[in-house]
Amino acid sequence: MESAHPARGQADRLTGVFWRRPKLLTALLIAPPLLWLGVVYVGSLAALLLQSFYSIDEFSGVVVREFTLKTYAELLIPSNYDVILRTVAMAAAVTVASVVLAFPVAFFAARYARGRWKAVFYLGIMLPLWSSYLVKVYAWKLILAKEGIITWAAEGIGAGSILNAVLAIPVIGGNSLSTSYIGTFLVFVYVWLPYMILPMQAALERVPTSMLEASADLGAGGLRTLRSVILPLALPGIVAGSIFTFSLTLGDYIIPQIVGSSRFFIGQAVYSLQGTAGNIPLAAAFAVVPIVIMLVYLTIARKMGAFDAL
Amino acid sequence: MHSDARPPLGLTIAAIGGLLFLHLPIALIFLYAFTTEDRSYQFPPPDLTLKWFAVAWNRQDIWPPLYLSLRVAAIASGMALVLGTLCAAAMARARFFGRDTVSLLVILPIALPGIITGMSLRSAFAIADIPFSTWTIVLGHATFCIVIVYNNAVARFRRLGASMLEASADLGANSFQTFRHVILPNLGSALLAGGMLAFALSFDEVIVTTFTAGQQSTLPIWMLNELVRPRQRPVTNVVAIVVFTATFLPILAAYYLTRGGEETAGGGK
Repeated sequence: MESAHPARGQADRLTGVFWRRPKLLTALLIAPPLLWLGVVYVGSLAALLLQSFYSIDEFSGVVVREFTLKTYAELLIPSNYDVILRTVAMAAAVTVASVVLAFPVAFFAARYARGRWKAVFYLGIMLPLWSSYLVKVYAWKLILAKEGIITWAAEGIGAGSILNAVLAIPVIGGNSLSTSYIGTFLVFVYVWLPYMILPMQAALERVPTSMLEASADLGAGGLRTLRSVILPLALPGIVAGSIFTFSLTLGDYIIPQIVGSSRFFIGQAVYSLQGTAGNIPLAAAFAVVPIVIMLVYLTIARKMGAFDAL
Repeated sequence: MHSDARPPLGLTIAAIGGLLFLHLPIALIFLYAFTTEDRSYQFPPPDLTLKWFAVAWNRQDIWPPLYLSLRVAAIASGMALVLGTLCAAAMARARFFGRDTVSLLVILPIALPGIITGMSLRSAFAIADIPFSTWTIVLGHATFCIVIVYNNAVARFRRLGASMLEASADLGANSFQTFRHVILPNLGSALLAGGMLAFALSFDEVIVTTFTAGQQSTLPIWMLNELVRPRQRPVTNVVAIVVFTATFLPILAAYYLTRGGEETAGGGK
């Protein structure tokens, strides 16, 4: 029978080796991606950490490559500390608003949409999620501009004075929506909303219908069922979505740069410090802040079971 | 959780309102590309015209960024295809030590905000004295594109299962023939979908790119400069439509390629 086999080449011999030692093949497969991620990504993260412990010589502007905590201490200067507080407050506000806006969409998609509507909702959430980030931000610059559609619509329905009253609110108001914190907030919510809807919908789809029926049988009305059955069961999904909205807001610098007041967020501080200011150590220290905040956040989220919903 | 009951009216309105909120702003971009007003963002547009498309076509400063973006996206998604598929293949084969660490490592570049990935690469380039080039941009893009290909491929590998590969081996095929005639045809559409999503993601990326590009300009960076200091707003509107289309079409195609499976593309960005 041996003669019936075609001549054995290098490929067959290697196949034999792989068969006898399956771990070798796994190791060969995993090695290139692991090397890439290990060197390029983890290496870079290590470089970031390293840079944050360097400092800048105040007179010459040259980076001093010696270990110091001086750069981290600079984060506590009121002007820098304000940047961090402002960013965290914005991230929290954006997260809460996203939960409120996402819930009806996710709930409808999970419970009532089927057939063609299921596809409409799927694409309707997926396409904005994936479509160009810059284009979305740009669209809002058009919408929020002083001469833009919101002003036009507000005046059209006779609500121009209400818009002006909103803009006159100290701190969050401003000259126009596109130069106020309200504008920044709206764009953040818009851009990150799909990241909240998807995990929330996934969690809601896992809520068994029988539980809702049981709740109704026990005499609970719609709101009571929502509060006591649906929300607790959907909580991991909500927490999972909030990881995205919170983390993405913490690290963004384009949106507040294009729509908003001129006061800095963490991302803007990082970008301007590494660029024109040339202060890479302080920029790196600023970039470590969102990492630390997210590590704390993730630890809490893991305790709440959020990772099962991802 | 699914119900055959009719949804409450308030919920229907809120859900459809939410969808409209996600889509109307993008529709507005298309309207503005035709406006005759070129000094402000006036609404409603005083009149409509097609001339900005011709003006944009003849602008010499748009083409080099467009080519750079296309080149970076092509190379980065190609590299991500190879690395992501290898990683998915290894993860599908066996449970091995450090498996969870690997999956965390793959997801991390996209889970952490872009500014961290960007600033990390910037720090590394500064320490190692690497000058900015097309390749520094590609380095960043390929890193966060791996997870997109990986997600698509790993789901397909799971569906493929071990029995097909065993059958192929029983019939006398060696590993390479199995790869060529069994794995690749089965994996094809998932890889195509993953590759296109990676391309769209790379073509559109701006945050990491601003840290790794130096003086070079990709199309999103060109657009960002225009947004910060507008020179000719209507041309920016046209470029916005081009960028939108260049990301929209691959996403739609990826959806149709993987539709029907449990692993429809795009579930995790």
